[in-house]
Order: sequence, then structure tokens, then C-alpha cells
Amino acid sequence: MEPFHFHTRLTQVELLGKTAKNIKELYEGIKKVPSSSIYYHTHHYLEQHRYFSPEHPNDFSYWITTSLGLKKLGEEIASVDIFRFSDIDQLRQEFLNVLGGYLKNTGLGERSCLPQEEFRFLSSRIFILPTPYKATNLIEFLNCLEKVTIHSLYFHIFEARLRLKKHDNDFSCWLRDLGHKELADRISKLDPYTYTLEGLRKKIINLVKNYL
Amino acid sequence: MMPRIDDYRAIVGDEIIDELYLLAEKLKGVSIQNINSTPFGGGVAEILSRMVPLMQQLGVNVWWDVIEAEDNFFFITKKIHNRLHGVDVPLSGKELDYFLEINHQNALKIKKWADVIFVHDPQPIALVKMKKKLRNRWIWRCHIDFSSPCRDIWIFLKKIIEKYDVSVFSAPIFSRNLSVRQVLIFPSIDPLSDKNKELEEDFIEKVLNHFGIDKEKPIITQISRFDYLKDPIGVIRAYRMVKKYIDCQLVLAGGGALDDPEGTKVLEEVKNEAASSKDIFVLHLPPNSHLEINALQRASTIILQKSLREGFGLTVAEALWKEKPVIASCVGGIPLQIAHKYSGILTYTIEGTAHWIRRLLHEPEYARRLARNGREHVKNNFLITRHLQNYLLLFLSLYNFEDLIYLD
Repeated sequence: MEPFHFHTRLTQVELLGKTAKNIKELYEGIKKVPSSSIYYHTHHYLEQHRYFSPEHPNDFSYWITTSLGLKKLGEEIASVDIFRFSDIDQLRQEFLNVLGGYLKNTGLGERSCLPQEEFRFLSSRIFILPTPYKATNLIEFLNCLEKVTIHSLYFHIFEARLRLKKHDNDFSCWLRDLGHKELADRISKLDPYTYTLEGLRKKIINLVKNYL
Repeated sequence: MMPRIDDYRAIVGDEIIDELYLLAEKLKGVSIQNINSTPFGGGVAEILSRMVPLMQQLGVNVWWDVIEAEDNFFFITKKIHNRLHGVDVPLSGKELDYFLEINHQNALKIKKWADVIFVHDPQPIALVKMKKKLRNRWIWRCHIDFSSPCRDIWIFLKKIIEKYDVSVFSAPIFSRNLSVRQVLIFPSIDPLSDKNKELEEDFIEKVLNHFGIDKEKPIITQISRFDYLKDPIGVIRAYRMVKKYIDCQLVLAGGGALDDPEGTKVLEEVKNEAASSKDIFVLHLPPNSHLEINALQRASTIILQKSLREGFGLTVAEALWKEKPVIASCVGGIPLQIAHKYSGILTYTIEGTAHWIRRLLHEPEYARRLARNGREHVKNNFLITRHLQNYLLLFLSLYNFEDLIYLD
């Protein structure tokens, strides 16, 4: 059995040069930008807020609320359950459904924000690096979990599942191969989007400890 | 003495520095040449003077060249700079021809070219003409506010920028519709530089005494070049509104850069405006006065950055790193450094600035809380080690085109 080698990842943020000044343009933008952009705008906040959860869990919701003043729509976009999707294009479609509904029902899709407050589409490129931490059994795995950075945790939980299209987190895949199916399933069922990264680390450590 | 890369372990942790060594290792065999227009004065020269030696210590084959030109060239590039900021100063086609000619002459003078040419700001931008012949990779790093440029200068520069492989901007708001890749990299400050390192109280007091500043009276400070876009006259007006109610002092201090001939004129106007007030200190400092600027910031009660336009406004990060309450204009990269009422105060007018100076002077506990949050934000986002990481990734990205890059 291969040991679990903890990796981490670094991000390069790219500017797409594409902007939106109202809901109609945001809708068109979300439809066309690469999946890496949808991923960036719905995930970068997770690493920036280590100990507390921000009010707006994605950039679309933040912009709709603060720059367009559309609180209800902002909340609807904030409430999209990302964990439900194992594919970025399905997630993109969910945003389009919510925004499309607003455009159809209100006719206010062209009400624009102030100049210089336009939504700016960004994207990211990921560089994956090895860390010195490796685990061959559950005790070593637990020790590593306590030491790795939140960026490593983030990579194996979020990036692996959605961006690397593995449909599950790396920890659960390895634990299942190791024969710890029950523990693997418990970690798989955690909705990581509702925890801060430090909170998530604690939760996984507790699950492993209880299992042991 | 210049800090060593390993000296930063105590500030940012081992893991960050180990990652930098690993990234540098992946750049083995690639040479990198930085080119800008001034060896000292101004943010670009300052950051290069720190970054280049640190990258060399990491094992990267990197060096830094400066283009040569007469004052006339810098008068023209200053006009280009102003037009990029949206200020409608006259700029003739003949002047643009001269600008291109000086770039051409400099291209002929450069004897050694690297695999990656990293050009900073518009002054040497047209060197990219050499790309066809050299068949190497070119990056253009824009350090200035690009959010509302005059149309003619944008059309002129766009054609040149699009010859590069990658462009780099300091804030999302500077992003333009370009056919080349655009990367976002925030600038940074060096916590171990003379400008930002911890200082002895005795030294701070000595600096205050030298300039005749009273340490017992509140000190409001703006550190910046003497430039219309930093609105030094607006700062004096805001100060005068506060002075009616609170006995305090104003310090306007800054150095001059070789490529900023307009500075002398602005300095004279500021001196005239301040002449009647004994509590306003207009200090034109030599370009290497980093320790004095550091001391002035550390002695300040409140630090201002009331710019009308701004590239990134690194003096804000410097002030926040020293745990000072900062009141700054909501322009350029400043809102990326200050979350209003959380890590500082963002204002839009002279009156608003005056209002917040009074409030923070009256509520020192609130001011301290802003300052603490500000320092934490800078620690996580605006230190030189994060900047080094971004640059190493940028160079690596010239040779890796996928969205996911494994560096095993």
C-alpha cells in the first residue's frame, strides 16, 4: 500500500479582462468564463478566512449585495450548496439558473453598479508541491494532520474533489484503500464548505481519534 | 546589512521559506533580467533592490539593469504616467517618437540578455522590440494605476504590451481587455528593511528632535513623493480643519525620484501653502532616508494617504505594518489593504479625512484596534516573501501552460 503523501498548492491569480456592471452581464460572464474562474470565485475565500466564516461565501454574492444592493438575490447566490456538485459546470449551471430566474422575473437585469465597481472576472492556475509529510498508517496520518498547513488540507479536501474531478476527497480515497471504509465515509460526508479550515482540521482529527 | 532569505523564517515560518527554495530549484537553468528606469527612489527601485538579492540567494540566476536617458525622456515618461492616470496633459507625437528612440538606443546598449526579460513600468516598455530577434520570454509588470487612462496613450501602449508573453497588474481594477495573459500580483513591503524594521525609541526621538517635531503633541503624517496625485495641499486643508479643534502637528515627508522632475514644483507649492503654520513640517528627504521615514511613521499618531490616484499605495502597508491607524483614499490598490472600519479608514474627500482624524484622535482604543487588524492583514498578504513566491510562480508559468502544474 502506497503511503499517503501530503501535498500543498500555491496559486497564481489571473485577470481575465472581462467585467460585468449588471446582472445581465454577470449572467453572460458566468456562462462564458473558463471553469477555473467559477472555481476561483467560489473558493478563494476559504483560505483567506482561516478562523472565521465570511458573510458572503462567494464573490458573486458579495458583489451583487454590496455593489448592486440586491440583498435577496445576493443571499440566494450565497446559499448555493457547492458541496452538492461534483462538477464545476453543474455549479455554473446552478448560478445561471438563479440569475436567469431573476432576469426573467424582475426585468431589472440592466440596473448597473457605480463606475469602477464592476465585477472583474479572475481565474487561477494551481502549482502542486510535495510536503515532507507522509503517512503509512492511521497514527502517522493523525500526526501529519496536526502539522500540515491549511493549504495542504485545502488541497486534499476541496481541490481534489472538484477541480481534480476525483469526486471525493483524497483522504477518504486513501483510507478506503487502506481498509478503513467507515472512517473514509464519515470524512466524505462532511460538508467542508460550512467549516473554517481550522475547524475542518479539528473535525477530521476528532473523527480519526474516535475511530482509533 | 542586507537581510538574508533565511532571516525571514522568524517572521513568516520555515514552511514558506522552504517552498521558496523548492520553487527556485525548479528554475534551474533559466536566467532572468529585470529592467526599469531608475536605480533608486520610488517603489519599483525599492522593491527590486530587495527582491533581486533575495532571489539570488535562493539560487535563481537573476540580475537587474537600468535604462539610461536624459531629463527630457523623463519629462515625457512623466506625461505618459499622468495620461495613464487619466490626467489630460499635452503629449505630442514627436515626444512619443523620442520615447521610442530612447528605448531603441537602450536596447542596442544592453550587451547581455536573459531567457526571461522582466520589464517594469512604461519607461522601458518598448525594449520588447528585441523579442523577435532574441526569441526569449518577455513579461511587462505594470506598477501604476491603469483604471481610467486617456484613450490615446492606452492605444499607443496596448500595441506594445500585446507583444509581451505576459502582463502583470497590481490590482483587479487595473485589468484591461488584452490579448495577452494578465497575472495579478500585489506588491509588498520588506519587514526587515531600514524602512520597516523595528527601531530603538532613542533613535525615533532623535529624528523628531532633528526636525523640531514635538513628541508630546499628536502627529498626523503623510509619507509620499511631492506629487499632485498625492494631494499634499488637500492634506494641509484637512489638517487645518482638525487644528481648529485639536492641537496637533502635520508632517508631510517624502523623497524625490530621479524620474520625477515635477516634484520640485509641487514641493514649492506645498511649502508656500504651509508657510504660515509652525506646526506643519514639510520635509524633503534624500532618497536613502529610510530610517528617518521609518522613525517618522513610528512616531505618528495617525498616518494618512490622501492620494487622488494611486498605483498600489505601498506606504499604506508600511504604516499598517507599524501598527498605526491609517486614513487613506479609496483609490487604486488602497481598498485591497484597508477594509473600512476594520483595518483602517477609507475616505473620499478632504472633509471626510478631517472628520476621521478627529474621531481617531478622540477614540484611541478604536484607533488601536484598527491598527492591530491592519498589521495582521499585512502579515498575511503584503510581505516580500509572498511577493517572491508570486514572481517565482510567474517565471515557472512561462514554461508550463496547464491550469494544474505538478512540481514534484
